[in-house]
Formats: sequence, structure tokens, C-alpha cells
Amino acid sequence: MKDNTPLIEIRDLHKSFGDHHVLNGFNMSLYEKENLVIVGKSGSGKSVLLKCIVRLVDIDSGTLNVLGQSIPDLQQEELDILRTDVGFLFQGSALYDSMTVRENLQFPLRRHSKRLQRPDEDKLILEALESVGLAHTLDLMPEELSGGMKRRVALARTLILQPKIILYDEPTSGLDPITAKEIIELILKVQNQYGTASLIITHDMDCARVISNRMIILVDGIDYGNGVYQELAISEDPKIRAFFK
Amino acid sequence: MSSKHKYLNDWAAYFDETGKVTRFAFRFFREAVKPPYEFRELLKQCYVIGYQSLFLVGLTGFIMGLVFDLQSRPTMIEFGAESFMPGMIGISIVREIGPVITALICAGKIGSSIGAELGSMKVTEQIDAMEVSGTNPFKYLVVTRIMAATLMLPILTIAADGIGLFGSYLIESYKGDVTFKLYINKVINILSFGDMVPSIIKTFFFGFAIGLIGCYKGYNSEKGTAGVGAAANVAVVIASLLVFVLDLIAVLISDIFYEL
Ligand SMILES: Nc1ncnc2c1ncn2[C@@H]1O[C@H](COP(=O)(O)OP(=O)(O)O)[C@@H](O)[C@H]1O
Ligand SMILES: [Mg+2]
Repeated sequence: MKDNTPLIEIRDLHKSFGDHHVLNGFNMSLYEKENLVIVGKSGSGKSVLLKCIVRLVDIDSGTLNVLGQSIPDLQQEELDILRTDVGFLFQGSALYDSMTVRENLQFPLRRHSKRLQRPDEDKLILEALESVGLAHTLDLMPEELSGGMKRRVALARTLILQPKIILYDEPTSGLDPITAKEIIELILKVQNQYGTASLIITHDMDCARVISNRMIILVDGIDYGNGVYQELAISEDPKIRAFFK
Repeated sequence: MSSKHKYLNDWAAYFDETGKVTRFAFRFFREAVKPPYEFRELLKQCYVIGYQSLFLVGLTGFIMGLVFDLQSRPTMIEFGAESFMPGMIGISIVREIGPVITALICAGKIGSSIGAELGSMKVTEQIDAMEVSGTNPFKYLVVTRIMAATLMLPILTIAADGIGLFGSYLIESYKGDVTFKLYINKVINILSFGDMVPSIIKTFFFGFAIGLIGCYKGYNSEKGTAGVGAAANVAVVIASLLVFVLDLIAVLISDIFYEL
């Protein structure tokens, strides 16, 4: 892939639920090795946007290309293959609560074992857990972990397929400030280690400041502001200023 | 909104829901026949569903046998028909009481636990997480649970029948001096193939209905913890109702066969 082709390209994306228009012509591009942060108020459609990207939600209209493929046009099998290249860290971690940490990490491997040439599943699992500093939790159940640990295990589960892109849905929400900071540092570390591009969605401006190379402000279902943190922070626009209080 | 309007809306919602459940059932059959098959998860669910209900079903069956026998004895003695007791109890338990009581217990136990489990997986995005990791959650979660419920209900019913009959034997031997061998002989003599087969067949349908409704309600649960509670609750109510409806249908159908 050439340097200037975006990994994710979204043009004029529309999505509504009934007569509730959530996304109204949203545009964005995510480039290689980039940390793009999207900020928006709660309920502004941030999670819906992420879910459109992996087709957990079908879009109404617009262009949505991921790794050069048009998401709405993919067959189920093609989509499943593409999804292995796109990691998703869910807002509440979404660990399978009836499975141990090990089984949680095994789960993404079960369908993609052919691609990964199986034999050292255990090694892969341990590696992923080590990269989030939680190798000792291998045989624990999710309920035995703290909120921050759950988030890390979820990140390990996302990393195990070595995706090219990771989508983070509010990675610091529901965590205390210190744990949130640890998670941010971990995301940056993982970023360097695996060289992935990240799309991070948040309403935590501290997180945005530390982590972003570039930011998009989502207001009224469109990409209302676009630029680096420092640029946006001195904007005169009241709708943008509202985020920098 | 006028009350007549609201009344119509209720009916519309009812038909709408029925349509959705039917579509859910069709999707079950479509996905059940399509590889890859989730055998391991199916076995696990059979174990979970069977194991978690066995004690309750057994205990209920036992009490049912005791009570039923104690209640019928005086009447049968009055008619001088004490020796028919094992036969009468056998037929009632195998044909009707065993299957229906077992199904109702399971509607409560299995229906609610599937509804709550899938509901909480839905609202905490675990189902979404499965989907993006390339495992079809409908196949992995729904197909296996509906199949397991369908397969386990007959087995649980047979267990309940057996334990219920044993309960009734205890009363008979205590009050009426019947040996175990005699009791069993009397039951076997009176039970025909025509009693056993339809009553076992209908338990497959009971199991299917319980699994289907539990999964449907959980899988389509509303956001929030209240949604999970509602999913479990409604699943039990609808599954129990369906058990009675299906039982009625089964009785009507086997009645036609008896007439022939
Ligand atoms: N499956 C759905 N059905 C109907 N409405 C939905 C659905 N998912 C999200 N919405 C609505 O879309 C809006 C945006 O939701 P979301 O993207 O979750 O917000 P946030 O920016 O806080 O992540 C909300 O008003 C929500 O009610
Ligand atoms: Mg959200």
C-alpha cells in the first residue's frame, strides 16, 4: 500500500435509526501509523461510526473503504477476513464473562487458525498478554479482574490477530484518572511495538491531547472540525471551543 | 390516542412480534445446517442445560408422584379400583403430567437463564465482539442453545417420569403392599407404544420452544440492565404459555390418531 492511500476512507456517510439522523455526511481518512482521535458529545454517534466501519451497523449511504475494500459491498466471508485486520476495543471491554482470560484470547484464533499457521497458539496468547503486562492472569475469570485489567486483557485480545488498524471506543471511560493514564500509555506503547494505525473515540480531552496526531470533532453528525490538538484548542468557533473547557 | 386505537396497536405489536420470532426460527434452521458446526459448544450446552435442571426436575417429579398417588388413592379405593392405581398413575404421568411439568420447570429454569445470559452478552457488546472476531454469534450462541434445549427436554422428561413413578410406587408399597416388580409390571402392561411415542415427541417441541424464546428474547434484548431483566422475565412467561399451547396441539393431533 502506498504511503498516501488512507487505510480507512469515509466520504459523505449517512446513518439514521428511524427518523433519528445520527450521521449526516461524515468524512474522514485514517492514514498508516496515525493516531486519529474523534471527539464528540455523548450520544453524538461515535460508537455508531465505529460500528459502521466493521459493519456491525449497516450504513444508509456514502463511501466507506477499509484497506482498499468497500465495506458495504463485501460478502460475509470477505468481511470476516477483512475483520481480522481491524481490531476493535469495545467501550466496556466486552470480555466473554463465561470464559477464562486464556479462552478469551483463544476465541479470535479459532476461526483464523489457518491463516496464522496454528501450532503455537499458547505462545501467541502469552505474548499478547505480556505486551499488556498481565501474563499472570491467564487462568482467571474476567470477574476477578479490575476495570483497568479488563481493559488491558481486551486490548490483548484485540492484538492477538496483529491487526493493521485498531478502533478504540472510549478506551478510558469508566476508569479512574490514574488507570486511564496507564491505558493511554499502554496504547502508545502497543502502537510503537506493532506499528498499527489507531482510530480512537473519546470525550476525554486529556486522552485526546496525549494520544492524537490529528483530531476530528464530531458535531451534528458531521466532521465539524479537523486538525491537530493545538490548532483546534485556539479555534474561535463556539461549537469547537465547547470541547476545550 | 383513543382506547380503540391503542387496542389495535397492541394487536399489531403482537403480530409483529410473532413474525419476528418466526423469522428467528427460520434463521435457526438455515444456520443450523450450514457449516462450520459448533459441536463443542453444543455438547457444553447440553451438559449445562441438562445438569442445571436435572435436580429440580427430579425433585418436582418425585413430589408429583407422591402427591398424585396420595390424592387419587381414596377415590380409586372407593370405586374398588385400587389395583388399577399403578396403571392410572403411569398413564397420567407419562402422557401428560411428566412432560408438561418438566417443560414448565424448564421454561422457568432454562428459558430465564438463556434469556438473561444472552441479554447480558448483548448489552455488554460481547455478541458484537464475537461477530467482529469472525465467529458467527448466532451459530455459536443461539443454534447451540436451541439444539441443546430440544435434545435435553426429552431426556429430562424421561427422568422426571421415572422418578415420579418411583414416588408413586413408594406410596403404593407403603399403603397398599405392592412390590416393586408388580408395580413396574402393571405400569408396563398398560402403557402402549401409542402412549410413549407421542408424549416423547412433544417434548422435543417443548424444548425447541423454550430454547427459541429464551434465545430470541436475550438476543434482541434492549440496552441496559433493565432490558436484561425484562428479557429473562418475558422469556419465561411466553415459553410457559407456549408449552400449554403446544400441549393442546399435541393432544388434538394424537386424538385424531386414536380415532383412526
Ligand atoms: N441500534 C440502534 N438503534 C437505534 N438507535 C441507536 C442504535 N444505536 C445507536 N442509536 C442511537 O444513535 C445515537 C448515537 O449513539 P452512540 O453512537 O452510541 O453515541 P456515542 O457517541 O455516545 O457513542 C444515540 O442517540 C443512540 O440512541
Ligand atoms: Mg459510545
